[in-house]
Amino acid sequence: MLLEVEGLSVRFGGLTALADVTLAVAPGEITAVIGPNGAGKTTLFAAISGFLRPQAGRVRFAGREVGGMPPERLCALGLVRTFQVTRPFAGLTVRENIAVAAHLRHASRKAALALAERVAARVRLEDRLDRPAAELTLAGRKRLELARALATEPRLLLLDEVLAGLNPAEVAEMEPVIRGLRADGITVLLIEHVMQAVMRLSDRVWVLVGGRIVASGPPATVVRDPAVIEAYLGRGAAERLLREDALAGGA
Amino acid sequence: MRSLPAIGFFALAALPLPWLTSSGTVLNLATMVLLFATLGQAWNLLGGMAGQFSFGHAAFFGTGAYATAIAQIRFGLDAWSGFALAILAAVAMGALVGFASFRFRLRGSYFALVTLAFAEVARILANSLEITGAGVGLLLPLAPGLDRLQFADKAGYYWFALVLCTGGLVLASLVRESRLGARLAAVRENEEAARALGVDAFAVKMQAILLSAGLAGAVGAFYTQLFLYLDPHIAFGPQVSVEALLGPIVGGTASLWGPVLGAAVLQLLGEASRALTGGATGANLVAYGIVLVLIVRFFPDGIIGMGRARAADARGVTG
Repeated sequence: MLLEVEGLSVRFGGLTALADVTLAVAPGEITAVIGPNGAGKTTLFAAISGFLRPQAGRVRFAGREVGGMPPERLCALGLVRTFQVTRPFAGLTVRENIAVAAHLRHASRKAALALAERVAARVRLEDRLDRPAAELTLAGRKRLELARALATEPRLLLLDEVLAGLNPAEVAEMEPVIRGLRADGITVLLIEHVMQAVMRLSDRVWVLVGGRIVASGPPATVVRDPAVIEAYLGRGAAERLLREDALAGGA
Repeated sequence: MRSLPAIGFFALAALPLPWLTSSGTVLNLATMVLLFATLGQAWNLLGGMAGQFSFGHAAFFGTGAYATAIAQIRFGLDAWSGFALAILAAVAMGALVGFASFRFRLRGSYFALVTLAFAEVARILANSLEITGAGVGLLLPLAPGLDRLQFADKAGYYWFALVLCTGGLVLASLVRESRLGARLAAVRENEEAARALGVDAFAVKMQAILLSAGLAGAVGAFYTQLFLYLDPHIAFGPQVSVEALLGPIVGGTASLWGPVLGAAVLQLLGEASRALTGGATGANLVAYGIVLVLIVRFFPDGIIGMGRARAADARGVTG
């Protein structure tokens, strides 16, 4: 396993955001964490990527204990995240934005700028290279988040809702980009709300509800899990759906 | 080094001034412009590039100024060693201020206040310690000679200041076009995003403050050589800190030339206001205040930013 999370708990005062979360990410796969709003998905990412110190639990990355490490060190080890609310360096151009990340493994300005250009082409930002990042649309900013993360040449990429807020055409453009990462040997852990995309993209899904993992498995199995259906559609929904299925089957 | 030709041109163009004029007033003014341009450049390494607004650069300027004066007067060292010691002492001061604030993640106005506090504490210490001559200050004996970094005429000091200013420009452009420059810009724009991308924000801010403090210390040491007199207010007073940040903000923090342009505008303005008011004390500060308000209100990117906005408008693009 490339990433192993064991018994992770995060509390904000009296509120328990994550309770004893255990999950694993296999190398070379696309793994998704799904769950309704407020389930603790972004908190989970913050705790894994070093932005938040969990009260309990362990995080192992590439066989190494990384709990409590600051984000910049994790990034150097090859674990990088994007932000759901995009955080572009607004005053810099797209090229300069990506170059900051490229500098992680390339000291020379020239090498970093060259890598920035290659990565930009990969997420289809090549025609906006010299525009200020502040000018980008939401879809553009999501691509920039992805491009910067890729420019750090990671082993594990944590994508926080890179498809949220995009229209169907933009989602359709992003999907092959994410799928292409797997082909390049980059392992992906993503949080996503766009369910259809999750079903199509991921090899394995973990379902987080109220700060707890309630189900996991291949996407096709997980969507039929009663606990998951209840979490999304409310108490009794699973039973209702089963009844309707039976009725529809009988007719 | 894309800016190197421009810097070379600047240095060569400024070089012949003492041969073109024998006016002491002009040379004095030009020397002061270069001095404050370099101090502004030092401030801009931290304030403009890294977005860490210091309100206490007097702490570094004054440390440099006192270090060389003390080295020469109290320990009998030559002025060149004094100059080197001044830079080292200012860097040490930068390490202290930087560690005390960046280690504890102080940003924005909190950082500004901490730097101001350090400068004020330094001023009070200089005012009471024996080694700094307390309130009386320190007086260096007048003895022109290259080994003492003292010059018989104003031209020598002008060229000295030009070397310093050119050095500051080269340093700033090297940082600007390097990995450090990219990382400083990232920290300035969004520190959390920078950290997520592997930028050690604490380390790069420390590097910025060390370079900034070292350059400001060199300017302080030059000041000592120029006036051969120091007291706590001259070295550590808040007006030094204000002059350090005013030039870059008026000229434009985003450009290598902003601090130079800002220093030129402010020094000319200060001179004009003194002449107009018959040398009233503080007249230049009133003029600075008015300019600062106008710039911040109408041209937040400084004079250079103003020109860029115009050029962009003319090309029909925004931003």
